Amino acid sequence: MIVELGHFALILALVVSLFQMSVPLVGAERGWQDWMRAASPAALVQFALVGLSFAALTHAFVTSDFSVKLVADHSHSAKPLLYKITGVWGNHEGSLLLWVLILVLFGAMVAAFGRRLPLPLKARALAVQAMIGTAFLLFTIFTSNPFERLFPMPADGGDLNPLLQDPGLAFHPPFLYIGYVGLSMAFSFAVAALIEGRVDPAWARWVRPWTLAAWVALTLGIALGSYWAYYELGWGGWWFWDPVENASFMPWLVAAALLHSAVVVEKRASLKVWTILLAILAFSLSLVGTFIVRSGVITSVHAFATDPTRGVFILGILAVAIMGSLTLFAWRAPSMRSEGVFQPVSREGALVANNLLLAVATGVVFVGTLAPLFREYIDGAKISVGPPFFNLAFTPFMVMLFVVLPLGALMSWKRAHLDRVLSRLWWAAGASLAVGGIAWGLQSGAALLAPVGLALATWMALGVIVELGERAGLPKASAAQAAQRLLRLPRAEWGKWLAHAGLAITVAGIAAITAWEQERILLMEPGEEIEIGGYGLRFEGVEELPFGAPFEVAACEIGQDAFLKGGEGRNFSTALGRFTLLDGGQPVGALCAEKRYYPVAQTPTTEAAIDSNLLRDIYIVLGDKQVSGDAWTVRAYAKPLAVWIWLGCVVMSIGGLVSLTDRRYRVGAVSKRAASGRRPAAGAPA
Amino acid sequence: MKGAVRGTLVALCLVLSAPLPAGAVQPDEMLADPALEERAREISKDVRCLVCRNESIDDSSAELARDLRLVVRERLVAGDSDAEVREFLVARYGEFVLLTPRFTAENAFLWLSGPVMLLLGGTLAWFWVRRQGVMQPKEERIDSSVDAPLTPEERADLDRFL
Repeated sequence: MIVELGHFALILALVVSLFQMSVPLVGAERGWQDWMRAASPAALVQFALVGLSFAALTHAFVTSDFSVKLVADHSHSAKPLLYKITGVWGNHEGSLLLWVLILVLFGAMVAAFGRRLPLPLKARALAVQAMIGTAFLLFTIFTSNPFERLFPMPADGGDLNPLLQDPGLAFHPPFLYIGYVGLSMAFSFAVAALIEGRVDPAWARWVRPWTLAAWVALTLGIALGSYWAYYELGWGGWWFWDPVENASFMPWLVAAALLHSAVVVEKRASLKVWTILLAILAFSLSLVGTFIVRSGVITSVHAFATDPTRGVFILGILAVAIMGSLTLFAWRAPSMRSEGVFQPVSREGALVANNLLLAVATGVVFVGTLAPLFREYIDGAKISVGPPFFNLAFTPFMVMLFVVLPLGALMSWKRAHLDRVLSRLWWAAGASLAVGGIAWGLQSGAALLAPVGLALATWMALGVIVELGERAGLPKASAAQAAQRLLRLPRAEWGKWLAHAGLAITVAGIAAITAWEQERILLMEPGEEIEIGGYGLRFEGVEELPFGAPFEVAACEIGQDAFLKGGEGRNFSTALGRFTLLDGGQPVGALCAEKRYYPVAQTPTTEAAIDSNLLRDIYIVLGDKQVSGDAWTVRAYAKPLAVWIWLGCVVMSIGGLVSLTDRRYRVGAVSKRAASGRRPAAGAPA
Repeated sequence: MKGAVRGTLVALCLVLSAPLPAGAVQPDEMLADPALEERAREISKDVRCLVCRNESIDDSSAELARDLRLVVRERLVAGDSDAEVREFLVARYGEFVLLTPRFTAENAFLWLSGPVMLLLGGTLAWFWVRRQGVMQPKEERIDSSVDAPLTPEERADLDRFL
């Protein structure tokens, strides 16, 4: 009954969506206030209906209602509650419903919090949002109905893929979707502005918070996915340039570019046309990503079960959305004028360089991801484009971007002088070169990766510090004055510094782990000791634990496993290898690496043992037991600065969140701004 | 013959489509000579595991990946250069086996896309920036627009809505 209600609510949502995409749009065209005002309640009702539908599906999963086909295929009664819930989006149909839910949530948030938005802009943006909603509701209802019943009802379900029974991956999709779908709001605002034929600084201020929120969620979603791959897939890789990863990385890059160009629109009323184009591209790439993940046209590690009709349907949505918006763009964009002029060497100029490099980097990822498809279509040749290509072709543009970043951040608007900027950064440049030199001296090989990467990370971090120091009035000001000045600075400034510092941290982590990772693959017998990354590692032995064994049996400082991995007893059998980490002969840590077997899904998994701190991860994977004798295959890794990769992402996200709380993005702040007469946030002190 | 091979590959794909964890290089495969082993690892990272979704033979635990890793090592022990080993694999399995596409006429678009986009985009951006700097006199209303990017009409518009 509840299931049918959910299905019915979804169909009603489609009807509301059809209303929302047409009535306000006509109203805005004709200037009919009542019709425009209909957009907000429609968006709220639509959200309530899709929410109801999602709740109904979640209910079916939680109560293990195996008469629902989706639940029978992807859940199991013996699964812990957490994974029954996350199982809702651990499949194509359910994840699509989550996608739609977040889409209408963003619409509802604009309706609820955008009270002061100009009515025509709001009506049009919500109408465009409803067009996307309609397309995806149609897609859900007609090709991917999550509420389909199954008869006869099976006794138990097929279980969620054990790899997905993990907190990292459980929350990876919601964050990613908030990111992907959040970009739809920037898209809707861009299309609304094109229909209106007007883009002004106020518009940029309305759009930026939504883009920022989406970008923060996307950053966290990508980081979660990467960290999950690191500890769960069993060899410590954290980025594979897989098509599905690229599908999330491309919108991230474009959203980053959009955040920077929107600043120029807001502060200098320039780059308007380009910013509109970026807003369209960001969401278009999200749609392309959805297509890549769900159509199966491109070979990928983690594509969903594939179905040609679905692929064709999404391709249709893609074509209409991208071609429609770009046509509108070509028609309306030429009439938009930039007002603020600037010299090539200026903050605006640096942001143009930032946008250019991010766009080119995105282009490289795009071409690389689609090249196999392209070659196969053109001349039938089958080629592979893997990580070595992307590392070679993508990295140079990032290097250029990182070199420009601290310079651009210190430039003044309108016109800057390179020599003056350099004179403020000379010691930072010197220190960065020194760090690069030391890194070069420390390593044995001639590889440039670590020296260059660490020098760039230092360069960006010191750039932030120079800026902080200048804004604080150091060295002239006293410490108290400096602190006071810093605290009074706009939050958007702090957000920028945090985001740039986070980037520096991530870059340092990537450089160090890629260049200096140590690996040992060997056979070990219980009691044997090896050296890894300056530590001793003793293999204590392996315990075999059966299905259902309680978690207390093997306490390995992993108490939270009871909650995360299966309630009272294990829903898997496991071989649990114990290791002791020794520093100077003294035990400093206990590690347990597991080989698990999930009988319901008939899938083995490995659980790496990781001893993590800020300087290095010790990463151990248990392999197979030798046929004769007591020896096991053991892979031990020392990964310097590993956690920096994800720590940097977290810092970047915090930067985004801090920037989001800046008073000028809070609704209504625009009107107060004139009264306060605040200096523009980014003007550098003389 | 070729069809049969492909059929087998497809069947294997179905069995192995999930990313199987761990496995990869086993201790018994490794060469005694560390320099040679290092070269083998480097080559392996660039060779696709043909039955997997998108993994190198260095990362994959599939049987076929193991066979390929052993082939790579055999060739190296026999004295092949890195390029010769790759050549050997391509002759047997086609271009598809290489994760780094070779720079050929057909793949030029792939390798050149980045530099070409940068050049084109850079040139366009440069001329645009120059032109907008020339079109309007330097001092023109810039200072007012820094502090108040909203024109009076825009502000009036906004106030009406607020």
